[in-house]
Amino acid sequence: MAIDRTVPPPGGISCRELVALVTEYLEESLSGPLRTRFEAHLAACEGCAGYLDQMRATVVALGRLPPEDLPADVRARLLDAFRTWQRR
Amino acid sequence: MSSSWPPTVADTVAPGPASTADAELVGALRAGDEDAYLAIVGRHHASMLRVAMLFAPTRAVAEEVVQDTWLAVLDGLHAFEGRSSLRTWIFSILVNRARRRGEREARSVPLSSLQDGVEPGTAAGDAERFSDEPSSWAGRWVSHPRPWAGRVDERLLMAEVQATVRAAIEGLPPAQRAVIVLRDVQGWTAPEVCLTLDLTDGNQRVLLHRARVRVRRALLEYIDGD
Ligand SMILES: [Zn+2]
Repeated sequence: MAIDRTVPPPGGISCRELVALVTEYLEESLSGPLRTRFEAHLAACEGCAGYLDQMRATVVALGRLPPEDLPADVRARLLDAFRTWQRR
Repeated sequence: MSSSWPPTVADTVAPGPASTADAELVGALRAGDEDAYLAIVGRHHASMLRVAMLFAPTRAVAEEVVQDTWLAVLDGLHAFEGRSSLRTWIFSILVNRARRRGEREARSVPLSSLQDGVEPGTAAGDAERFSDEPSSWAGRWVSHPRPWAGRVDERLLMAEVQATVRAAIEGLPPAQRAVIVLRDVQGWTAPEVCLTLDLTDGNQRVLLHRARVRVRRALLEYIDGD
């Protein structure tokens, strides 16, 4: 059934399509025209703006993970290897 | 736009050449500085293990490969010329050894494993709900994601949020896991990751996207579950 009441999405991109492009947008690898359309959609769509905000927060959360502790046995073995190497 | 974007990345050096910090570190290692050695081992160990696991059949083998790599790094220090950054040099040694070890163990993983999540149709976790009902535009949200507005930010240091993110990372397919750890946790640049894992720019981005989608989903479930 043809749907002629459908409004074109802002920027000519649907939310479904925008979500798939989020990483390309954040990586600044969208072509100029696509980026303009992406941003036009974003400006008009609360849902996608919220989604983008969540993806940014996700990346921030990943970047703030503290370093994992080196297991004691690994640390001991690697330090041992370093000392052996030095004596050579 | 969030004020915390872009995230601070301590070291945004592209694949090469080595920085002065690298040169100082190499000098310290050559001089037998144990603190400098433990610091660099600690910084890279977890991500080296994840990269090794792309090729090694078991975690135990991956751990051996990482250990052998440090020995090879120390033995090769005198030959390190700083044409690449120290970390990409270390990881190139790691990948070579892991690859050889993987082949010897008769498990030709690399291709299939590096492709996981790249081929179409495997975007598990990207299960957002969109509506095609003709009241507004097609392919729009069924219910709007709302900005977390600091709800994650202010709790980033909480053990629970960190555990949620870590668990999500561990649950990823190996290639997605290696890429997101290097890019977003360790702050590597895209060119460094492409070089190290022998990925095209496009595949690297797809793996990163799939991985971020899953981690976001895990955070969302955590936040909604409050
Ligand atoms: Zn939208």
